[in-house]
Amino acid sequence: MKTTILAMKRHFALLVMLVPVVLYFLLFHYTPMAGLLLAFKDYTIREGFFGSSWNGLETFRRLFCAGDFVQVVRNTVTISMLRLVFGFFSPLLLALLLNEVRCTGYRTAVQSIAALPNYFSWVILGGIYLMLLADQGPVNDMLASCGLPRIGFLTEGNWFIATLISTGIWQSVGYGAIIYLAALAGISPDLYEAADVDGANRLQKVIHITLPYLVPTVVTLFILSLGSILNAGFDQIYNLYNPSVYDVSDIIDTFVLRRIQIMEFSIGTAAGLFKSVVGMFLIVTVNSVARRLSKGEQGVY
Amino acid sequence: MKPKKFFSSGYLFDAANILFLGLLAATMIYPFLYILNISISSAAEASRGGLHLWPRNISLAAYQVVFSDTLLVRAFINSVVRTLIGTVVTVICCAIAAYPLSRRETPFRRSTTLFILFTMVFSGGLVPSYLLIRSLGLMDTMASLILPTILSAFNIVIIKNFFQSIPESYVEAARIDGASEWRILFQIFIPLSGPVLATVGLWTAVMHWNSWFDAMLYITSENKQVLQTILQRIVIDSSPAFLDAGMAAQEGAVTSQTIKAATTLVTILPILLCYPFLQRFFTKGIMLGGVKE
Repeated sequence: MKTTILAMKRHFALLVMLVPVVLYFLLFHYTPMAGLLLAFKDYTIREGFFGSSWNGLETFRRLFCAGDFVQVVRNTVTISMLRLVFGFFSPLLLALLLNEVRCTGYRTAVQSIAALPNYFSWVILGGIYLMLLADQGPVNDMLASCGLPRIGFLTEGNWFIATLISTGIWQSVGYGAIIYLAALAGISPDLYEAADVDGANRLQKVIHITLPYLVPTVVTLFILSLGSILNAGFDQIYNLYNPSVYDVSDIIDTFVLRRIQIMEFSIGTAAGLFKSVVGMFLIVTVNSVARRLSKGEQGVY
Repeated sequence: MKPKKFFSSGYLFDAANILFLGLLAATMIYPFLYILNISISSAAEASRGGLHLWPRNISLAAYQVVFSDTLLVRAFINSVVRTLIGTVVTVICCAIAAYPLSRRETPFRRSTTLFILFTMVFSGGLVPSYLLIRSLGLMDTMASLILPTILSAFNIVIIKNFFQSIPESYVEAARIDGASEWRILFQIFIPLSGPVLATVGLWTAVMHWNSWFDAMLYITSENKQVLQTILQRIVIDSSPAFLDAGMAAQEGAVTSQTIKAATTLVTILPILLCYPFLQRFFTKGIMLGGVKE
């Protein structure tokens, strides 16, 4: 106690820097967390946070019994799982392929071009894809000129989901590959030289040197993507969807946004709380499983 | 080189790999090329179907529509201002926050770090954040777009890690010379941290330039809107208010498609111009520990 006070006096200037930071996080991060209590209240703007009456779990009962929220959660998980199945390994694959290119100039060029879409918002990319994939757009024109039927990429449920998954991969694969390439840069060339001496071929070198080296990165990214399983990609979906595909593409975040627009704040908060709690639970669980399986060597923290 | 060896599996793989990566790069480029070619096409040419791999009948009428629209020009300026102020404030504030957390002698250092890190795994979600902005009276102000992101756990941790790699002896020498903590931060730490501050700055700048959701929620006055929300009205919602006015002004020379494409390109251009820097520093940022906190 005495030493703490002494340290506080001695390093007063450092504390002065820290206080506004703590206050900022209290206001902009912890106040909204306290605001989650709205999920247990009958909130109206007029009565305010303190004036509104408590209603226990009534909001959650309404949320889960109304039916559409269950469908919304199902849509969210379906889209996320599909993204994981088709998208999770594609940056790894791209990184391995890029790593095999011997001409540095070509590799850097492809790498830079592939990472480009990552820097644009889904307003920009959504606008472009609405044009490209429209019924009279260039992609359908090409299908038609090959004698194939035109496809409702943006209007038919299953095709729309396929569009979400594939344009999502298109946007993020190049940037994701850079993460793996950054990890690959840390492998000592000695390992490959030793493998050459032992007569290993390229495939064997990839399987026995490159891939094992990338396992920690893969595990970390996997934990993070499982933790965001209830984020199905709001920015992308909001800018691409339309009423004809609402039944398959209405996700938790679009649901919450609609609650704000019609001023149903308690229901929106309850849905958000559900999402935050599940996300945190998943990160903590998967992380501890990964740590146990790898005997404490792996995990995000 | 013997022909036999040329066709052995190694070379075949290399050729297929190079071809595949080339095609991949083409699919990355094509959507942007299409937009560019449509934006500079005449109305008749743009209405024609096909892939539009080359521009034909070049016309800049769509750009005249874009640049003569006061709302759009206003929104462009708002976005530039938001990005500049937001980036500078964020970088300075994150550096100030990272400094005491990087010094071992700071009281409550561990507990404060945990307090900040917790916000990475749990958040109040959208509705409480929205109500907070409302009750702070920030609705329809630029502050509502900048304040909520000036300090983030992620940026602070990255800068803190970099600060910790600066030798302790620098601080001791400065202390002996009687330098204050602020002086040590601004005259020793910040000048030594160019790459990491540039990385955080560029991350923030791209984030601000691309943000649309906060502006859609918080900004209600037309003349305070940012470029992304206006672009959204034009290309996503096909807002007739804007498109019809444009087509009336340049009768017959433009279509809704060419106007949409031109607006998109104007939004893309600033990022494209900075791309060489972005690519270099974003990659560096990943190496600085972007993956493993």
